[in-house]
Amino acid sequence: MSELTESVESVKSQGKEQFWKKLISKFGSLLALIILMIVLTIMSDRFLTVNNLTNIARQSSINALLAIGMLLPILTAGIDLSVGSILALSIMIMGVVSINLQMGPVVGIIACLAIGAGFGLLNGLLLTKLRLPHPFISTLGTMNIARGIALIITGAAPIAGFPYMIQFLGSEFAGPIPISFLLVIVVYTLFHIFLTRSQTGRYIYAIGGNKEAARLSGINVDRVLIIVYTISGFMAGLAGLVLVGRVNSAFPLAGLTYELDAIAAVIIGGASFFGGVGTVWGTLIGALIIAVLRNGLNLLNVSADFQMTVIGLVIIAAVYVDVLRQRKSKSN
Amino acid sequence: MYEALFEMKNIYKSFQNNHVLKGVDFHVRPGEVHVLLGENGAGKSTLIKILTGAYSMDQGEIIWQGKHVQINSPIESMELGIATIYQELNVIPELTVYENIFLGRELKKGGKYSLLDRKAMIERAEELLIRLGQNPKLATTPLNKLGMGQQQLVEIAKALILDAKVLIMDEPTSSLSGGEVEQLYKIVDQLREEGIAIIFISHRLEEIRRLGNRITILRDGLSIETVDVATTDTDYWIELMVGRSLDEKFPKKDFTRGEVGFRIENFKVTADSPALNMDIHYGEIVGISGLVGAGRTEFARAIFGADKRHAGKIYIDGVEQNIQSPRQAIDAGIAFITEDRKSEGLLLDLPLDFNVCLANMKSFKGRGNLLSPAAMRNQAETYVQELKIRPSNIELHARNFSGGNQQKVVIAKWLCTKAKVFIFDEPTRGIDIGAKVEVYRLINRLVEEGALVVLISSDLPEILGMCDRVLVMNQGNITANLPIVEATQEAVMKAATLGA
Repeated sequence: MSELTESVESVKSQGKEQFWKKLISKFGSLLALIILMIVLTIMSDRFLTVNNLTNIARQSSINALLAIGMLLPILTAGIDLSVGSILALSIMIMGVVSINLQMGPVVGIIACLAIGAGFGLLNGLLLTKLRLPHPFISTLGTMNIARGIALIITGAAPIAGFPYMIQFLGSEFAGPIPISFLLVIVVYTLFHIFLTRSQTGRYIYAIGGNKEAARLSGINVDRVLIIVYTISGFMAGLAGLVLVGRVNSAFPLAGLTYELDAIAAVIIGGASFFGGVGTVWGTLIGALIIAVLRNGLNLLNVSADFQMTVIGLVIIAAVYVDVLRQRKSKSN
Repeated sequence: MYEALFEMKNIYKSFQNNHVLKGVDFHVRPGEVHVLLGENGAGKSTLIKILTGAYSMDQGEIIWQGKHVQINSPIESMELGIATIYQELNVIPELTVYENIFLGRELKKGGKYSLLDRKAMIERAEELLIRLGQNPKLATTPLNKLGMGQQQLVEIAKALILDAKVLIMDEPTSSLSGGEVEQLYKIVDQLREEGIAIIFISHRLEEIRRLGNRITILRDGLSIETVDVATTDTDYWIELMVGRSLDEKFPKKDFTRGEVGFRIENFKVTADSPALNMDIHYGEIVGISGLVGAGRTEFARAIFGADKRHAGKIYIDGVEQNIQSPRQAIDAGIAFITEDRKSEGLLLDLPLDFNVCLANMKSFKGRGNLLSPAAMRNQAETYVQELKIRPSNIELHARNFSGGNQQKVVIAKWLCTKAKVFIFDEPTRGIDIGAKVEVYRLINRLVEEGALVVLISSDLPEILGMCDRVLVMNQGNITANLPIVEATQEAVMKAATLGA
């Protein structure tokens, strides 16, 4: 709110046109989401119903959890391609531990999150200790490794019949609101505080802004990167837990290409691929835009193939708008 | 036939409400070195960008050899015969000299889609190299095997192959070593004799004296005056540039010399480099002079823990410090103002307050271990006031400040760490004279308040003007330790160039 009043004050003298330009550049993706929702409301009478909105909230939550994890590597000018595979491995291990080995839901949940964080840690170590040139490579490797192990452990068979405690996050509701969406709100709030108010959080932006300047300012860059990839992996485990709750099954091909949707959400949400720029709430809006778009196209009976095409166009359009904006601000 | 090669008349250019050029006149003759002089923000680069077609002007006219012309794009500018050597070279290090020279205009054996004529290109490149006084065999050497000076010659060769009539050189000597600078001067002399007009941008007044024929001085978007170098003195240029007379270029203050506060003992940067010793006393500024590549920056980086050192001890106030990383150096009270503020000093796309607080974030922690944005803003505001950082908007990204103000932001970052030892590496490179004096005053203030200051600089007048003692480095070794009274230009150059 204070940001808004500030920008209002600072542009008072510059006339209305300027004001709108600033507003659009600051809240552009939110505006896009609202316009999208208005259009869908007009085009389909089934869109703006409690039932459907509940659906969108549920459908968006897994991607939202992966995307907020993905935001961190992208802020450091990196990427994490392994989250979809880590998700699959985490839930397979959870299935094996809690069901096949009958160690109970608590141990299962812990195993799920620990595998996620552990694989993330591995990503971080590969990047910083082996000095692999770019996280695209290290996470491309672990993406295949994690998926491979997920397939190996049960011989590609799914595991079903999870206890209530494991299903809780993904299946329960508080009134009309899915618990998974409440989880998203809580997680995003925590991430917002982490990224804006904690030392490590600010260091993440610094490293993305200029790694060498950050190092020479006394920042332990390796340590921060390891934390970043560990958190991203942990979020993949958490998203897996929600997925299992929703479908009551763990299967080794779960989360296939989910990393791409997560990257899309972060980019649509205004983060820069070159690091240093991006916000938590932008990412949430990015994830919601993708979910609303998918949902809307479903309501309008658009085929899945065509949906992919549309989402591809949205990604390009969103980034292009950003490019135009930056070109403008730089030439000023 | 025409006295002027080209004239730019009454040029106006604004960006939104910011009027950068407010009626600039600029006339260049063939066969002259015409210096553009002005403080950062005076409009030099905007004027050049209009000439090279990167910007379009709002008003004004350009007359090229007596004819009105429009320059709407970089290509149109190039076709007129305007070439630019930027400060940051525009070469591809992996490609050879001849490939770089012909990049984008390769010679072919036949039509547009035929194969490249390597032999013809190499021959032409060899001719050019000879013309520039170089060994023709370099034509097939990859650029990353060459020094900065020779890489720059490749850029000049690129301009010559285009048959350029105007060569714009933007601070061409700022990253060259002494020998390379001399070589460049000779080439500039030669090109001038061949009738090429050279627009030379530089902050180094000695260099302008050596090379320039005329100077056009810009200030606040106006062309103040065009003067002949031979008949005017340096102080007059400065006066025109800053709009007032500067009392002194180097506001040196003398303080009482105290105890040794900072000591470097038997310090080896690498296994086979010589052992270095250095004592810095309270109340003195110690300069480190030397040619580019003498190992000064490497020495400083190793002290600061930015690079690993092979051996050596570091003492502050007699206490040995364990420094293996920048973090440990900062905690020990050392600040390192790096040579290249854009790539090593600043987070260009993050706001000023963030940049200022970056190296000492832990001191802004409040409740629940969370950072206090208000405390960070306050700290930044304080430094903006103290160092007169302009514009005084702490939310502005570092990219949007001029060179001098960016340098102040970097210095503020280090003041914020409450450091005791300040190692400045080329702190005034590329900033204008007014800002330079401010940096010098700040260094004075630091010494006065009890800091230990090392000033690494390639600008010898600066070293001689500001320091109490001069160390000279040569091939990784410290070859002289001169009190300022003995440090003449000759003595320093001798120690910097003779066999170590």
